[in-house]
Amino acid sequence: MNEDKSNKDIKLEYPIKGMDFLAAGEASSNIKHTLQLIGFSPAIIRKVAIAAYEAEMNIVIHGSQGVLKTLINPAKIELVAEDTGPGIPDIELAMQEGYSTAPDNIREMGFGAGMGLPNIKNCADEFTLDSIVNKGTTLKVIIYNQ
Amino acid sequence: MNLAELTKLLEAKVCYGEHKLDSQISFVCAGDLMSDILVFSQPHALLLTGLVNVQVIRTAEMLDIAAVVFIKGKKPTEEMLNLAKTKGIPLLTTQKTLYLSCGLLYEAGLKNVTLSTGKAEIR
Repeated sequence: MNEDKSNKDIKLEYPIKGMDFLAAGEASSNIKHTLQLIGFSPAIIRKVAIAAYEAEMNIVIHGSQGVLKTLINPAKIELVAEDTGPGIPDIELAMQEGYSTAPDNIREMGFGAGMGLPNIKNCADEFTLDSIVNKGTTLKVIIYNQ
Repeated sequence: MNLAELTKLLEAKVCYGEHKLDSQISFVCAGDLMSDILVFSQPHALLLTGLVNVQVIRTAEMLDIAAVVFIKGKKPTEEMLNLAKTKGIPLLTTQKTLYLSCGLLYEAGLKNVTLSTGKAEIR
């Protein structure tokens, strides 16, 4: 984790390993803890924590590896999740509630309900999803402190 | 109701969190798919689940869940207990089924967690 406090913005960066279900959630937990220390409201923190955790789980489930970046300043919190996974062929379809490509073994672990991306969008004030098949996916979310 | 009353109602055993039995619980969410649970954002709710893995505790942490009850006698693992202790989330286990547990809590006046999506609010 790198913490850069220059320019009043706080930057956090966590590498995420695909299929590492034991460590999954640690990055989001650290992001949540940092926001609590800074003193953001519980409602804002919960939105960021949910979006970060869903994005982190997506990398763990679908991406071979990736990184979860967070940029925090008093006005907004920006999350960027980048992975080198299989990519999303049809983003519109992936955004549909209940649509999931996660295999049965992932569902047995409690994920793959097809709610991740719609839920992230629901928490976000700004939401951008870019993906190239066989290259990877970049998700960018902004949550304003309001 | 508080967690102590809830423990009595579900005839539950406290695996961790004896010191937090005075926590007030007003809302409940239930399910085995954590991404279905993660759409609930009411803080201090109770989570009822039949899923037993570390991600249940992570989900509870992200949502500020007040306590987790495992149904049908399922018990949290050592890893789950350790994480729950770190995060201060009480863990309970009941022999009752998910349906019966939900029914008893509903009957006792505990409310459904309001589901706030981009569309309408579902109560």
